[in-house]
Amino acid sequence: MIKSTYLQIITLSVLFLAAYVLFSAFHKKDSIADSKGVINTDTQIDNNYFAGKTIEWIIPFKEGGGGDTWARFNAPFLSKYLPGNPTVVVTNIPGGGSIKGANLFAERVKPDGLMILGTSGSTQMPFLLDDPRVRYNYADYKPVMAYPNGGVVYVSPDLGINSAAEIKNIKNTPLIYASQGPTSLDLVPNISFELLGLDVKTVFGFRGRGAGRLAFERGEVKIDYQTSSAYLKNVTPLVASGEAIPLWSWGMLDANGQLIRDTSFPDLPHFGEVFEMMHDKKGEGIEFDSWFATMAAGFGGMKLVLVPKQTPNQIVALYEQAFTAMKQDPHYKAKKKKAIGLYTQEVGTKAYKIFDIATNIASVEKEWCKQFLRDKYNLNI
Amino acid sequence: MEIFDLVVGALTTLFTPEHFAFLMLGVILGLMIGVFPGLGGIAGLSLLLPFIYGMDEVSALATLIGLVAVIPTSATFTSVLMGIPGSSSSQATVLDGFALAKQGQASRALGAAFSSSLLGGLFGAIILTFFVQIARPVILIFGSAELFMLAIFGLSMVGSLSGNSVFKGIVACAFGILVGSIGSAPATGEFRMIFGIEYLYDGIPLVVIALSIFAFPEISELFRKESAIAQGAKLGKDGWLSGVKDMIKNKWLALRCAGIGTIVGAIPGMGGSVVDWIAYGHVVQTSKDKSKFGKGDIRGVIAPESANNAKEGGALMPTLLFGIPGSGSMAVFLGGMVLIGIEAGPSMVTSDIDLTYTIIWSLAIANVLGAGLSLLLAGPISKLTEIKFSLLAPFMIMVISFAAFQATKDMADLWMLMLFGVVGIFMKRFGWSRPAFLIGFVLATQAESYLNMSVQFYGWQMFLRPGVLIILALTLLSVYFSRKGTVDENAELMAAETKANINMLPQLLFAVAVVIFVGIAVFDAWQQSFLGGVFPMVIGITAIPFGLYLLYIFLSRQTSSPSVFDAEQAVAEGTFKATWYEPLLWIGGLYLLSMLIGFVPAIIIFFVSFFTLKAKTGWLQTALLTAAGVILLLMFSSFLNLELPQGVFFN
Repeated sequence: MIKSTYLQIITLSVLFLAAYVLFSAFHKKDSIADSKGVINTDTQIDNNYFAGKTIEWIIPFKEGGGGDTWARFNAPFLSKYLPGNPTVVVTNIPGGGSIKGANLFAERVKPDGLMILGTSGSTQMPFLLDDPRVRYNYADYKPVMAYPNGGVVYVSPDLGINSAAEIKNIKNTPLIYASQGPTSLDLVPNISFELLGLDVKTVFGFRGRGAGRLAFERGEVKIDYQTSSAYLKNVTPLVASGEAIPLWSWGMLDANGQLIRDTSFPDLPHFGEVFEMMHDKKGEGIEFDSWFATMAAGFGGMKLVLVPKQTPNQIVALYEQAFTAMKQDPHYKAKKKKAIGLYTQEVGTKAYKIFDIATNIASVEKEWCKQFLRDKYNLNI
Repeated sequence: MEIFDLVVGALTTLFTPEHFAFLMLGVILGLMIGVFPGLGGIAGLSLLLPFIYGMDEVSALATLIGLVAVIPTSATFTSVLMGIPGSSSSQATVLDGFALAKQGQASRALGAAFSSSLLGGLFGAIILTFFVQIARPVILIFGSAELFMLAIFGLSMVGSLSGNSVFKGIVACAFGILVGSIGSAPATGEFRMIFGIEYLYDGIPLVVIALSIFAFPEISELFRKESAIAQGAKLGKDGWLSGVKDMIKNKWLALRCAGIGTIVGAIPGMGGSVVDWIAYGHVVQTSKDKSKFGKGDIRGVIAPESANNAKEGGALMPTLLFGIPGSGSMAVFLGGMVLIGIEAGPSMVTSDIDLTYTIIWSLAIANVLGAGLSLLLAGPISKLTEIKFSLLAPFMIMVISFAAFQATKDMADLWMLMLFGVVGIFMKRFGWSRPAFLIGFVLATQAESYLNMSVQFYGWQMFLRPGVLIILALTLLSVYFSRKGTVDENAELMAAETKANINMLPQLLFAVAVVIFVGIAVFDAWQQSFLGGVFPMVIGITAIPFGLYLLYIFLSRQTSSPSVFDAEQAVAEGTFKATWYEPLLWIGGLYLLSMLIGFVPAIIIFFVSFFTLKAKTGWLQTALLTAAGVILLLMFSSFLNLELPQGVFFN
């Protein structure tokens, strides 16, 4: 009796496992890289490379958020314009403010172009600040696409100023800023307020910038910022009705990596200009450079699509062609602005330039940022 | 009059065959996904997106809403039939719903639940039709001070759910709050009680806690009893009709709870996971005869179910008007809206008001369709409760593991499920209120972060704000009513217990473990900065005297105290056919094997072994059941592109 029980367990288990192994072997994604990531150069990379394959796009953010929406907007176009029309699936792996998903990518990815990572400013930030949880290294990757973003700082009309030109008038006004956390993307506004010498107290614990905007609308805070598309959607109506006064944009990077006015907000000064208005001198030195490094990481190169460095150039070229071709798609043209915003999704040299600026920081600047977090928020990284 | 025209306009658009078909498509997909606990809108969005492209605005919206609307409806199936909370807003349904299922009245409970969902959804839409006009300013009234007070109001529900022992109720709630405060401190970003484990940085996910505290102990108990879920006399095939009649009898209750659901849902930052508890607390507080709650009172099903469907409607308000999702599924809905090309914002009450009405009424119609379809299925599906449990158990274990793993896609999800599953088993066994623990867990972060914000914004003047005073008065009322009687699922067993010869040791050990955990939390908070540690510290220090007093009761053998209870020693001899740790060995074995060879191979071996050894099925039946389980798992995960744990040796 006992014998036959075990016979049954073993036989059936073996049968099922064998069936499953066969099934998964049959469904195996054929990769040009073996399990150790060594590329098999015999495989021809031509226009049939992606045919019948599945590309997994890792998004280290929750479903429904900005990063997720960006990827999901792009995914069908990528599938349409990559030769062979591979299936593109977006896999959300949220956690640790995006560290978890990026770590998982670093662990699993092979240089075969079948897994890509979509990062955001909040993925760059902990990497640049040496967060001990980070196990991904941007130096191991290269960008197939880079999408810059921007942001606008605005204040309540209660402060009595009408533009950034009057910034000196609020130098001693106590203000509160509703923030998500000291090491989030809010590092950029927090450093900005510090450099301007504004009297801003930061209250943490807000879930997302939307919650901060709600606090502004309730009158709990008098200063706030939103990323460009959120600003256009939700703050411009407030500006129109006189409930909000825009002060400055973070600015954007030109082809040489210099800070210029954000083309989406040509009438607003960029932060560098406001710095000058406040201090009557050009922004320079370690503090300003540190600000610039965090701004470039957080906004200049806000969204990056990455593959491992060893990925064959032919594969990268296929991606670049697809990201370029989709821009002519009528549906893309019609929906892009509302879905992901106004900026251009860059490829090639431009993308590399953005990638370099966004993912590199001089060690003195890094130390300055860490010191800032220590002094200001008692935070040790 | 204008409103009336808008509603008629919305309904006319919706009832064109094309739009209606898309709504139906969304509803059917939503029902299918919602049945699987823990998935919700997440899986839905990825499933729908390929369809949404190229649809016109209204059709795409209708599909999306159909999906979002009915997820809380079909989540009820597992809550009632298996005691597995199907979504974060049907936790409270488990208390009485599953108790009814165990008495053979699953179809009645489902009938009442679905008809309440239907009524709640419809009534919610009617409220919203008028509310939307004034929603913007009303939502803006709720500042951080009011939100903090609302969290306290939510916590006051513990009073009605804490069981006969006040001390255990208080400690259980504090225990929940402290477990909820694991992870980064809202006020400073410092990490609390992470013990160097990376998984804990984000805190333990609610899905995992809800599954472990409610579902895990039930599964383990059924495992040991080796009987079917339904034990009492079964209701006939029209059982669901009697449930509908129950709802009609309690229609005013259902309407009140729908109102509560809509309002709580509309307040951004409250989150849907507490609305069912507020509704449940409300029905307990307003009922004269409270003796049946927690043991199968149909009103305990009607209240949360009418509230949780209305909640989705309420949650539409901040989503549409401010672009801030009012609930988890609304976040997904908002993402979908963006992709369709609809911008949430103030224009939704001005130039795009017709669209808003279309959305509100799509939600209402989707609720009617979803509840209607579910009602039809209630009778046949409730037969599941009559299946011998040893045949059902592997499937349930697979489902809760799969659901827990979707929380963060980390093997640690499963180990946490098991760890807190053990906590749940002991809480149930020793009569510690599990709802109190869960409410504490859910509201911990909210209470703390809103307190921090409002103190910094308003100082102590926050307590002078009219909104705060009104909610404070409601809270005091709730506390007053909760003193008139509380839910205790163990009252009958407790009466049967012969306490004179009770072995005090097991419950003493558990209480010691809880007190030690509270001590660790206080110690940990001590090392944080003031803002980072003050909240868990105050909670912990408040709880310790109650905990110590409990220990004193056990040590001095005060057998007459209502705090003394051990279900294991109260049940009749022979009820349990297995030791309390046998289910843990099976499930732990499954997880260990998953770590080595991956989840699918592990579940194959688990199924084959379990059926052969526990259910004693023959070759053919074992093979068929295993095949069914594995195919179900593979189909679901590949269709929805969901991940499963991978092994070290074999992927």
